[in-house]
Amino acid sequence: MNGTIQAPTIEYALLAPMLLVFGAAIIGVLVEAFAPRDLRKSIQMPLTLLALLGGFVLTVLNGINGLPDAPAAMGAVAVDGPALFIWGIILVLALVSTLLINDEDQFVAQAAAVPGSPDEEEAILSGYAQTEVYPLLLFSVGGMLLFASANDLLAMFVGLEVMSLPLYLLCGLARHRRLLSQEASVKYFLLGAFSSAFFLYGTALIYGYAGSVDLKAISAVLTEVSGQETLLLVGLALLGVGLLFKIGAAPFQAWKPDVYQGAPTAVTALMASTVLVAAFGAVLRVFWVALGGLEWDWKPVMWGIAILTMIVGAILAITQTEIKRMLAYSSIAHAGFLLTGVVAIGAAEQNRQALSAILFYLAAYGFTTVGAFAVVTMVRDAGGEAGHLSRWAGLGKRAPVLAGIFAFFLLAFAGIPLTSGFFGKYAVFSAAVAGDALPLVIVGVVSSAIAAFFYVRVIVLMFFNEPAVDGPSIATPTVGTSAVVALAAAATVVLGVFPQPVLDLADQAASALFIR
Amino acid sequence: MEPAEIIQHSGGVIGVSWLMVALPLLGAAILLLFGRRTDRWGHLLGVAMSLGAFAVAVAAFVQLLGLPEAQRRQGVRLYEFIPGLADMGLLIDPLSISFALLITGVGSLIHIYSIGYMSHDPGRRRFFAYLNLFVAAMLLLVLADNYVVLFVGWEGVGLASYLLIGFWQFKPTAAAAAKKAFIVNRVGDFGLLIAIFTIWTTFGSVAFNELTGGAVDGAISSGDASQGTITAVGLLLLLGACGKSAQLPLQSWLLDAMEGPTPVSALIHAATMVTAGVYLVVRSGAFFEAAPTAQLVVTIVGVATLLAGAIIGCAKDDIKKGLAGSTMSQIGYMMLGAGLGPVGYAFAIAHLIAHGFFKANMFLGAGSVMHAMNDEVDMRKYGGLFSVMKVTAATFMIGYLAIIGFPLLSGYFTKDGIIETAMEHNQILGWLAVVGAGITGFYMSRMVFMTFFGKRRWADDAHPHESPSVMTVPLILLSIGSVFLGAFLILDNRLMRFLAPAVGLPEHLPGFHPFSVPGLTTLALVAVGVVYAWFRYGAAEVPRLAPRGSFLTTFARRDLYGDALNEALFMRPGQWLARFAVFFDNRGIDGLVNGLAAGIGGTSGRLRRIQTGYVRSYALSILFGAAVVVGALLYVGNM
Repeated sequence: MNGTIQAPTIEYALLAPMLLVFGAAIIGVLVEAFAPRDLRKSIQMPLTLLALLGGFVLTVLNGINGLPDAPAAMGAVAVDGPALFIWGIILVLALVSTLLINDEDQFVAQAAAVPGSPDEEEAILSGYAQTEVYPLLLFSVGGMLLFASANDLLAMFVGLEVMSLPLYLLCGLARHRRLLSQEASVKYFLLGAFSSAFFLYGTALIYGYAGSVDLKAISAVLTEVSGQETLLLVGLALLGVGLLFKIGAAPFQAWKPDVYQGAPTAVTALMASTVLVAAFGAVLRVFWVALGGLEWDWKPVMWGIAILTMIVGAILAITQTEIKRMLAYSSIAHAGFLLTGVVAIGAAEQNRQALSAILFYLAAYGFTTVGAFAVVTMVRDAGGEAGHLSRWAGLGKRAPVLAGIFAFFLLAFAGIPLTSGFFGKYAVFSAAVAGDALPLVIVGVVSSAIAAFFYVRVIVLMFFNEPAVDGPSIATPTVGTSAVVALAAAATVVLGVFPQPVLDLADQAASALFIR
Repeated sequence: MEPAEIIQHSGGVIGVSWLMVALPLLGAAILLLFGRRTDRWGHLLGVAMSLGAFAVAVAAFVQLLGLPEAQRRQGVRLYEFIPGLADMGLLIDPLSISFALLITGVGSLIHIYSIGYMSHDPGRRRFFAYLNLFVAAMLLLVLADNYVVLFVGWEGVGLASYLLIGFWQFKPTAAAAAKKAFIVNRVGDFGLLIAIFTIWTTFGSVAFNELTGGAVDGAISSGDASQGTITAVGLLLLLGACGKSAQLPLQSWLLDAMEGPTPVSALIHAATMVTAGVYLVVRSGAFFEAAPTAQLVVTIVGVATLLAGAIIGCAKDDIKKGLAGSTMSQIGYMMLGAGLGPVGYAFAIAHLIAHGFFKANMFLGAGSVMHAMNDEVDMRKYGGLFSVMKVTAATFMIGYLAIIGFPLLSGYFTKDGIIETAMEHNQILGWLAVVGAGITGFYMSRMVFMTFFGKRRWADDAHPHESPSVMTVPLILLSIGSVFLGAFLILDNRLMRFLAPAVGLPEHLPGFHPFSVPGLTTLALVAVGVVYAWFRYGAAEVPRLAPRGSFLTTFARRDLYGDALNEALFMRPGQWLARFAVFFDNRGIDGLVNGLAAGIGGTSGRLRRIQTGYVRSYALSILFGAAVVVGALLYVGNM
């Protein structure tokens, strides 16, 4: 400390998955800058897939090699069991979403050209294409990895921003309904910035109280100091607001339907699955690792938020007429279900149960979500995707396989046995019961029942209503899209019928509970 | 002598005895999965699979005979079925192989007969698929080496029985009969299921190997199982047996089950499936021998049913229903025997095997008559058929003589054995069984006289003719069994000594006393019954429409008011309960739910207006939310 600056130590092997993704993102930027226009896509796509796959392999290798007993990178990044599990889920889900992104109809070729116009034709022919999508996606995924594993609040903030900024851009790149898309992008950006400010302000207040931004240090201070805690409590509240915004908990959920609807569906699939995973990783770190000592203070508030989130998500979904908005509200309700698991903090054994339940839930929900949005991309009208629910009437007669798979995803969302959704909900709710949160579970079950109504309503619409005369056409899926649907359906079945291996894995990850 | 130990199988055919189950199961799978493509040769495949199973059974039987007695119980473990609970394992012993021979032997003959009987039916392939399914399930039931696998077969035969009774499901009566059989059987199945649960929790095992008489006695003396538990197990097993074997009080389904095609009635509802209850009681001898109360109940149920069935048989004009009443009655005899310990077991099984032959013989004969008479089943519209269908008539009459116990035919030996043994246990039960035999003489004679003798009372368009040889040859083969099997099995206690490794051997082997008091009385009563039937239905004119009849006749025609009793006790209250539930559901729950749904929908609509789409209002809501969260945390934190 004698005025000299020590070079930071970096555990390259532990951080390799994150470094690989970021490295590939930078290479992607270079490709955008230097590679000829018509070559870019054929370079970017494999590069992205390889980077994500490589990241996943390195994550698995990290898991096999055993976990360190201290955080990496001078205490900034905690590479522990939950972090590895979450990294694995994020990387796989991102990989799957990338396959969806590889569909030209989704993204604008040139922002000023009207879809289907000669201008656009010309733009496409001359090789304009938003291949920037790929490096943006990689940056965002890298941010997620950092966000979910950050061991101090500043690193977490950096992760949050690196994750969010590319997403704001990606949201505005939809080829069809462009104004809606751009509006969504701006809204997401403004509100995101607003909530980031909350997060940052909360960080500052907590630093003021604890004298450190390190999660472990904060946690240590909580055990010693008592007395005037207003600073701490306000800091905790603001930090929480920033995080709860990202997972879309009520009353911070307003952006979700608008953004999910406006964004290109492939990006929605990415956001709906991976961002939720990363944000829950961060929520658990902040509330369990750093502020676990304050559980008696934040628990009642979190109760209220969980209840509100479940109810708002389930009830508002009922009157939605747009499929993507409906799925957005469904995602809000699921965030509420997951929050019941967060509330289940308590004794060590109980934490382990709750944590593994949340991890399993995230994996199960992520796959089903990507699959559902992948189906949405395939049901198309003249003006792009047929978003309005009335257009989905009788889909079961036109495309029985597709409608059947979608119905299956919906049943998984509803948590019907033999789907992954059932075990996810079961695990989270039983963890909450073990954590003395029985009333929460009751609200959860009731809102599940309400939610089942609108899921089943779509199934009824698809299978028991006459198809519209000029109903939507079913796009011939690209290889990528059909692979996504097949993968997601397979994951939903396998996690629903043989959940044990993944449950075991989640349990094993949870046993290496965050380094404190 | 106690039953022998079960040992690991010694290879040979016994090692592949699972083929007995697998072959007909494969047949059913092929016929059902490949559908119409197999229409042309499906029935042949069905017959081949059944014959294949018969061949395996015969080979296993021969191998078993070649082994010394102590090694005649061979276990064949296939794979782990339910970890920690039961293996998928077969037990080849004298008891199970006797059943297997009966099922596959009589089953094959009935398969062959069905080729002719169902030749004009568009669903013939499906029929053979179900028959094969039945044979597979029934074999699994009798070959299982533990109660759980037995239960799988038990449910399998229930399913096959349901499918076959309702085979002509376009007839509402057939559909209703199938449903009735299924529902009544559920009651018995639950008994069996709870018995298995109790056995498992008490003994920690469901394998026959570990549930020997020694184990049961040991559990009682060590206090692991009370006498009451064993009695309860026995009574629950009996409840299961009553359902499957149509014993009182679960008898009501069997008469309706005659809606199925006649070969089904012959195979399932006469020769094999309905005897599963007897098998269950005999196989569970260890429990019954340790629970005299349960044993007594078995014999009472047996006697009550044998009388009830006989009385019902007296009043039925439908030839198949008459035979069904007779089946009930004869199974009552078997049940009586099964409640009498090792001596009774042997007579019960002997009667079961002999009955399998002569009853299948008569059912197929009845089918042959119906085939000739445009599916007419009312005996009042038969008469004088002897001269037009001699083979059918002659074979039917052999079966008839066998069932009434005409000296030296099958039933004479086996039924007499049961009556004699019952006499030694309990005079009252014994004499009631004698009375039952007399009634049997009457109603069976009535059937024969009304069908084959007297004046022709045919419908105008009836042109009876003898059936094709594919139907008559099985009749002839079955009638040969009806003649000789009884003597073969009973004399020299042949079956009893054969079964000894499986069910034990009594200390004193019973002799055969044809001129004992009960034996002679039985013969006399049967003769009285036959003569009385001759005067009423042979010599006298039989009206084409049934006369009103006495109180007793009505009583019997209405199946002893069994259905009325079921209706009053179970169906009506059940319907009331259902109606109340519907009412409550409509007014109470639906009202609540609909109101709730409307409320939620309204809330949703109102809340939706908050979603204005303006970033400023979203930001405001975030700010507001943040303020609330901060306030709440401060409130909670400073409490």
